[in-house]
Amino acid sequence: MTDETTTTTNGAPPPLEPLIYDLSSPGRTGAILPDPDVPEATLPDSLLRDRLDLPEVSEIDVVRHFLRLSRFNYSIDQGFYPLGSCTMKYNPKLNEDMARLPGFAQVHPLQDPSTNQGALALMHELQNWLAAISGMAGVSLQPAAGAQGEFAGILMIRAYHLANGDPGRNVIIVPDSAHGTNPATTAMAGLKVVEVPSDANGDVDLDKLREVCGDTIAGMMITVPNTLGVFERNIEAIIETIHGCGGLMYMDGANMNAMMGIARPGDLGFDVMHYNLHKTFSTPHGGGGPGSGPVAVGEKLLPFLPGPVVSVVDEGSEDEPPLYGLTMPEKSIGRLKAFYGNFGMLVRAFAYIAIHGAAGLKDVTQHAVLNANYIRARLKGTYPMPIDRICGHEFVCQGHFGADEKAGESGTESHEIHALDIAKRLMDYGFHPPTNYFPLIVPEALLIEPTETESKESCDAFVEAMLAIAKEAGENADLLHNAPLTTPVGRVDEVRAAKQLVLCCKPDIADVPSVDVPSVDVPPVVEPPAADLPTPDDSSLPAKQAEPDEGPEPKS
Amino acid sequence: MTYIPHTDADREAMLKVIGVDSLAELFDAVPAEHRFPALGLPEGMSEMEVAWELGGLANSNVAAHHFAIFLGAGAYNHFIPSVVNHVLLRGEFYTAYTPYQPELSQGTLQAIYEYQSMMCALTGMEAANASHYDGATSLAEAVTVARVHYRGKRTKVILSPSVNPEYRAVARTYHQGSDMKFVGDKGNATIPDLIDMLDEDTALLVVSYPNFFGQIDELGGLAQAVHEAGALLCMVVDPIALGLFKTPGELGADIVVGEGQPLGIPLSFGGPYLGFFATNQTLVRKIAGRIVGETIDKNGRRAFVMTLRPREQDIRREKATSNICTNQGLMALAACVYMSVMGKTGLRKVAELCYHKAHYAAEQINKLDGFSVDTSKPFFKEFVVTCPKPVAELNDVLLDHWGIIGGYDLSQHYPDRANQMLLAVTEMNTKDEIDTLAEALSQHDTPHHHDHAH
Amino acid sequence: MGDWKTPENAKYTKNDEWILVEGNTAKIGITDYAQDQLSDLVFVDMPETGTMLEKGDTFATVESVKAASDVYTPAGGEIVAVNEALEDNPELINSDPFGEGWIIQIKLGNPDDLDGLLSAAAYAKFCDERDA
Repeated sequence: MTDETTTTTNGAPPPLEPLIYDLSSPGRTGAILPDPDVPEATLPDSLLRDRLDLPEVSEIDVVRHFLRLSRFNYSIDQGFYPLGSCTMKYNPKLNEDMARLPGFAQVHPLQDPSTNQGALALMHELQNWLAAISGMAGVSLQPAAGAQGEFAGILMIRAYHLANGDPGRNVIIVPDSAHGTNPATTAMAGLKVVEVPSDANGDVDLDKLREVCGDTIAGMMITVPNTLGVFERNIEAIIETIHGCGGLMYMDGANMNAMMGIARPGDLGFDVMHYNLHKTFSTPHGGGGPGSGPVAVGEKLLPFLPGPVVSVVDEGSEDEPPLYGLTMPEKSIGRLKAFYGNFGMLVRAFAYIAIHGAAGLKDVTQHAVLNANYIRARLKGTYPMPIDRICGHEFVCQGHFGADEKAGESGTESHEIHALDIAKRLMDYGFHPPTNYFPLIVPEALLIEPTETESKESCDAFVEAMLAIAKEAGENADLLHNAPLTTPVGRVDEVRAAKQLVLCCKPDIADVPSVDVPSVDVPPVVEPPAADLPTPDDSSLPAKQAEPDEGPEPKS
Repeated sequence: MTYIPHTDADREAMLKVIGVDSLAELFDAVPAEHRFPALGLPEGMSEMEVAWELGGLANSNVAAHHFAIFLGAGAYNHFIPSVVNHVLLRGEFYTAYTPYQPELSQGTLQAIYEYQSMMCALTGMEAANASHYDGATSLAEAVTVARVHYRGKRTKVILSPSVNPEYRAVARTYHQGSDMKFVGDKGNATIPDLIDMLDEDTALLVVSYPNFFGQIDELGGLAQAVHEAGALLCMVVDPIALGLFKTPGELGADIVVGEGQPLGIPLSFGGPYLGFFATNQTLVRKIAGRIVGETIDKNGRRAFVMTLRPREQDIRREKATSNICTNQGLMALAACVYMSVMGKTGLRKVAELCYHKAHYAAEQINKLDGFSVDTSKPFFKEFVVTCPKPVAELNDVLLDHWGIIGGYDLSQHYPDRANQMLLAVTEMNTKDEIDTLAEALSQHDTPHHHDHAH
Repeated sequence: MGDWKTPENAKYTKNDEWILVEGNTAKIGITDYAQDQLSDLVFVDMPETGTMLEKGDTFATVESVKAASDVYTPAGGEIVAVNEALEDNPELINSDPFGEGWIIQIKLGNPDDLDGLLSAAAYAKFCDERDA
C-alpha cells in the first residue's frame, strides 16, 4: 500500500476525477434514514468496531462523481463496439424496465413457490425456448456466466462417465484455437487437456484428432462457428469421431449469434452446450458482468443437470394453470451458486426472445453474418485474411504492416505496425477496437464482430477508419505508435501497476480535508464519427514509447 | 424489424459487395440436412405486447413491495437509495464491456478501484478483487485459494455447520473433481469442536459471522488456533453487520467472503448478486477474478488498469486456478454507489436499525405462549424462534391472513431443527409490521380473515 | 536476427533455462532470449529451499504483465538457495539473466542429468531458428 494515492509527481497532469474518498468531508452524509421506531436495544460494546472508513459525501457529490466517471467509458450506447467473440449488440431499453418491475425485483428467492409462480413460469418458458433454439432435451438456468456454464458442462461429462463405471475417461480434447476458458474449465473439473491443432483452413485437423482418440477420452470442447469465425466444415466427422471413441461433445456457445435458426447444436450431434445470454440475447455486459450462462443438454445428460431447475409439479387443467416448482435432477452435479441463476438476466433474455420469435432470431443471425461478411469483403485486400472464405458473425484479419522495413533499417526507429497500434488508433477515430491477439494461433490477430444491430452506415464508417489507418501505417507510423491521442488517458503503464500493486486507497485518506473538485480539461471518450471522418489532431506528438505486446483478450 | 436497422436497399448493396445473391447463401458451409431448422418458438411480439406479458407474470408474484417480509437466510430486503439505480442506468456503465482497454474504460476501472477500497475498509482486509458471482461462489473460490496456497499439499477444509447450507453445497460442487475434502458440517459442531479438527492436512477453516442463525459466535482465539495449525481462516460475513461489528481483519481472518446483495442490490429472485472477496496482501497473487490497480499513463496522469492478469484463464489456460472471466461488474458498481451514499454514518445507522428492530421483534415474539427465541448468543438482524407447530403451516397463515412473508424453515437443511423459524428483520420492517407479526403468531390457532396486505 | 547473450560456460535447455555448474552445486535461471520474449518481468513465484527436484520439474513461474511461464529444472537435486533479491526486483532477470538474475541454486543429484543439455553454440542456433 502506498499513501500517495492523491499526489502526483511534479508536473504530472491532475487525475481525471478525484477518488470518492477525496471528496469526503467529516460529518457529511448522503443517507436520509429514519430514527428507530422501536425501543433501542443495548449494543454489545465489546463486539463493535471502532471505525468505519467509508466516504462522507452528499447525494449530489455521489451523482456528479459517478456521472463524471461514466463519461470516461466507451459503451455500446455511444458507438460501434466490434469486439470479436463478445457480441456487443444493442441492449434494448425495454429489457431494463422489465427486469426492474417490482414483481420481479422484489421477490425473495426463498418464498414458497406458490408465491412466485410468475417468476417460475418465466424461467420454465425460457428453459423451453433455449432447448428449442439448441435442439437439446433440457436446460438449467443456474450458471451465472458462460464460464460457469462450461464448468457445469464438463462436470456433467465427468459425472456421466463415472456413473457408467468408466473413471478412466479423464481427458478433454480442446482445439488450439479455443477460448482460454476451455482448458481452464477442464483443469478446474480435475480433468486433463489435450490440444489438437487446426489445419491451414481453420478447421480441426481430423487426422490429428483421430490420433489422440481412445478410451481415456471423456469428451471434446469446440466452438461453433470456431474462434476464427468460420463454420467448422468437418463438424459431423469430428462429432462422429468423438462419439465413436466413447466421448461426449461439448459446444462452447459463445458464437450462437451465428447459429440461431441456422443450425441446432442438438441436431448436429452435440451432447451439451452453454449459452451466453449477455452475448446472444442482448443482456448487458455491465462493464464486466453480470453474465448468465444457461447450460443445455441432450437426453444422456438430463439427469446430471445442475439444479435446481424449474419443473411442472402439477399439470393443472383447463381452469387451473400448471403449478411450477423447483426440483433437483436425479443425479445432479449439484448447485453452482446460491438460488437459481441470475434471474434479472433471465427476464431480459426472455423479453428479447419474446419480441423476436423464431423468425426474428433467424433474422438476427442472418444480419450479424451479413454485416461481418460485408466488412470482411471491404477490408480484404488491405488487411491480410488468414482464412479467406465466407465467415460467420465475425472474422479474423491481421494487423501487421511494415515488417520488411524493420529488417532493412536496423538501428533506426521501427516503422513496424502491430495489431495493438491499430487497435489503439481506432480509438482516435471514435471506435472501440476489435479483440486483438486472439485467437492465439493467428499472429497479430484482429477479431472483428459487428453484430446485427449496426447499420450499413456504421459498418461503412468503421471500414473507412480501418482503411485510413492502414494508409497512416505506411505514411506516419509514429502516429499509430503513439495512439491513442484523444482518449481520457493515454497508454497506461501496466508494468508499474503489476509491480507496485496499489489495489485500494488507504482508508484513512478519509481524514484528509476535502479537495475542491477540479474541472479537469480532459475530454470524455471521443464521440463516434459522423459520415465524414474527422482527422484526429496529430500535432505535437509525444516521443515514442516502447510498449509490450498486448495479450489476448478473453471472452466473458 | 426488431432492432435490426437494415433496409432492403442496404441488404442488396451489401450482398453485392460480398459477392453472393442471398442471405441464405452465406450459410452454405452448414450441413444441408440440418440447415434452417424450425425453432418451435412463438411468433415475435411488439414491444407493448412483451411489456404486457411480462407485467402480468410480475404481478402474479407475491413481492416485498406489497407485503411485510421477514425472510432472509442469505438474501435481504434492505433499503436501496434511488441514486443507486440511476447510476446503474447510465448506458456508459451498463453497456460497456470488461475494461480491457484502459484508455476507454477509466470510468469502470476507477469505480471498481473505489469498490475494492471500500470492501477493504469494510472488512478490515488489505486487498479485494472486483467480485465473484455471489457469496456462495466466493466461498468456493476461497477453497481454491487455499488449495493453491499450499500447492495441493493440504487437502482438508473444515466447514462450520452454521455456514449457509447453499454455500457449503456450492463449495462441494466446485471441488468434486479436485482432491479437497470437506469435513465438520454434518453435525452440530461448535467453534471449539472445529478447532479440535485442525491438523497438518487442514488448508482452510470456514466460519460465518454472523452465522446462518444470525448469531455472533465467540471467535476469540480461533484465528490463533488456525494459524498455529498452519492453516488459513475464512470468514463468511454479512456486509451490513460490518457496519456495526468488529472487522474480520481484527479477528484474524485470512480470507473474507460474502454476499454483497444487501449493499444496494434488489432481491430479484436470487440474482444477479455480488460475491465479495478480500484477503491479506500475502494471498493477493492467488486470488481468482479481476483486480484493478492504480498506475499512470504515458503522460504521468493517474490511471487505473486491470492487473495481475497472468493469473487469468485467457493467459494461463489450463494452469489457471479458475476459469472465471466475468465479475459482477454492474453489481459491484451498485455496492460502490450504495456505500458512497450511505457512507461512514449511514451504514452504521442501517446496521443499528436492523439490530434494534430485530431485538424488539425477538422480545415481542419471545413473550408469546409456545414460542421461544434463542438468545444464547448475541445476534444481529436474524434470530431463531422455536414454534409450536411446523414453520410451513405458520407461514401459510401469515401470508394468507396477515399479508406477511414469514421466516425461513430451518428444518429444510437441519433435520433436527423441526419447528424452528429463522426470522430476518431489517430497517425496512416498521414497528407496526413487527407488532402485526407478533399478533399473528399469537393467534396462529384462530386465524383472522382481515387480509393485512399494506 | 536476435542478439542474445549465451555464455559459454553454461548449459541450456530448449525450454530456455540455463544451468551453470560450480563443483557439486549449480545455479539455474532463464536465458537472455527467454527474458526478451517475456518482456518486463513483474513477479517470480519462487520455490522453498530444501525442495527436492527431479530433472524436468517445474520449480518457479515468471510473470510479465501479459504472460506467465513455468521454469523447469535442467537437472535434479535439492534446492540449497533461492535468489531472494528477485522478490522485490524481478527485473534483475531482464537486466542480468545470467548473473544477478539467477533463480535457484541446487545441490546436483545426478551428474548424468547434464548429458544431453545444449551447448552455448547449439542453443544460440536454436534461438536464431525460432526468431527467423
